[in-house]
Amino acid sequence: MTWDQMRPLLEQGTIDTLYMTGWSTLIAVLGGLPLGVLLVLTDRGGPLRNAVLNKAIGVVVNVGRSLPFIILMVALIPVTRAVVGTAIGPTAAIVPLAIGAIPFFARLVETAVREVDHGLVEAAHAMGGGTWTVVLKVLLPQSLPSLVAGLTTTVIAVIGYSAMAGAVGGGGLGSLALVYGYQRFETGFTLVTVAVLVAVVTAVQLLGDGAVRLLSRRERAST
Amino acid sequence: MPAPGRAPPRAPAPDSDGIALITTSDLTKVYRSRGREVTALDGVDLHVRPGEVYGVIGRSGAGKSTLIRCLNLLERPTSGTVTVDGQDLTALAGRRAHRAGRPLREARTRIGMIFQHFNLLSSRTVQGNVELPLEILRLTRRERAAKALELLDLVGLADKARAYPAQLSGGQKQRVGIARALAGDPKVLLSDEATSALDPETTRSVLKLLRDLNQQLGLTVLLITHEMDVVKAVCDSAALMEAGRVVESGVVSELLATPGSRLAHELFPVGGALADDDRTVVDITFHGATAGQPVISQLARGHGLDVSILGAAMDTVGGRQVGRMRIELPGPVAANAAPLAFLREQGLTVELPGATAPAVELTGEGA
Repeated sequence: MTWDQMRPLLEQGTIDTLYMTGWSTLIAVLGGLPLGVLLVLTDRGGPLRNAVLNKAIGVVVNVGRSLPFIILMVALIPVTRAVVGTAIGPTAAIVPLAIGAIPFFARLVETAVREVDHGLVEAAHAMGGGTWTVVLKVLLPQSLPSLVAGLTTTVIAVIGYSAMAGAVGGGGLGSLALVYGYQRFETGFTLVTVAVLVAVVTAVQLLGDGAVRLLSRRERAST
Repeated sequence: MPAPGRAPPRAPAPDSDGIALITTSDLTKVYRSRGREVTALDGVDLHVRPGEVYGVIGRSGAGKSTLIRCLNLLERPTSGTVTVDGQDLTALAGRRAHRAGRPLREARTRIGMIFQHFNLLSSRTVQGNVELPLEILRLTRRERAAKALELLDLVGLADKARAYPAQLSGGQKQRVGIARALAGDPKVLLSDEATSALDPETTRSVLKLLRDLNQQLGLTVLLITHEMDVVKAVCDSAALMEAGRVVESGVVSELLATPGSRLAHELFPVGGALADDDRTVVDITFHGATAGQPVISQLARGHGLDVSILGAAMDTVGGRQVGRMRIELPGPVAANAAPLAFLREQGLTVELPGATAPAVELTGEGA
């Protein structure tokens, strides 16, 4: 396989991977952020303490986290078909990717938010703040660096999952490595695909680390 | 250590229970965990008058932290009532166990609170921290900025508005905490060990600020502390807590004149051995005018006694010169009736440490 043959494939694969990862991550944030925050708020000692709700969310998150992604993807085919109209292609892959990433991100959000000093929550309550004040003005801003670090981890995990989506016709770099590299014995192409994946993951990690550094700079004493 | 910047003391009316700004009655808090019950507050009655600085002192575990958290219902008392500025907060709390309803939240905006570890948001600037309560009060951006800068000016930090808390010293952080606590123009400021994380120098300057605010704004301050120096420096009244109960309370200057007062002993610990058969140990407390009198030398000359001073402490409490001294007179107590009577005549509080209270009285009467 020549570079001229590889190039359009790699370009399309990268675009597909970024497309799947982008949308899935966005949905994972929209779903995982409130779930993660709720896990903290409804826990013992939280302002919305509610053992039943806490357990229920915990179970949903744990089930989502423990299912191997490839099983989740196959199991969700009917749902995907209902939502997207097809179970094949990058757009179809977004559905299981997002559903798999929501509990993943939710746990990371929970960990990040739990680290916020309880004294700050108490201070907000003492000022007359309610639960919304606590969440929007204390918990989320204070845990922002950890949340961004969690987001980085989630994006990278989704990129990894998206390679598996290739196995059921999802497209993307993973699919390329499988179909062209493995099944056609194009070891060279496999290596190039892997190199591109590593480059994408590294770029995401560097970007995330940079953002975390920027956000936490103000919290360190600079005097 | 003279109290910094003290104006002459305002003598609080001795009988003014009716106008208390903060009242707790029979306040009880019981924690239950895994079948075990811990009583943190055991029937606390507190009366804090408007415009005074009231100190609650006790060792850790005495329940003072729980007490101050019950005053703005951060902790829900098990029973009893809390009234602040005529409003029964326990009634406002509503039935929902842990969420504060709107009436309670509105009441809290009028009660400032400062904390041992400052509890500032590291993600916000100094000004942003002071604006947080103003956001809760739904002020506009412009109003918030103006009010925040005004408050920072009041605590002497106008130039730090754009700094982040991590760039400030402990004392500056507590000043930001104070500015933030004053955002809702509260009548009451609750101080939860606000100086316990600060060095002595910084403690003094923060206490001076609290005293200044108390006098300039008529702010009533209730503080809890485990440091006697804090009570000496700023408190008009004080309560001593032990095992969830208030064991002694009152106006500090009056407590000092009360024989057997635990707080007086804690404020002015005087060392030295106790009496035995051939000597008499006497604790005397000077206050007000007597603090300036040469009482001891008069005693020595007038009664021809060799007076030894075993220990002494002098200080300014509530703006008045106060001191305690432990002296030793030769001979047993019975032989010293005349000198003891002389000391009492001078308006001093005279106690015989180690002797039981009735015995002291009998000895005194026999003179």
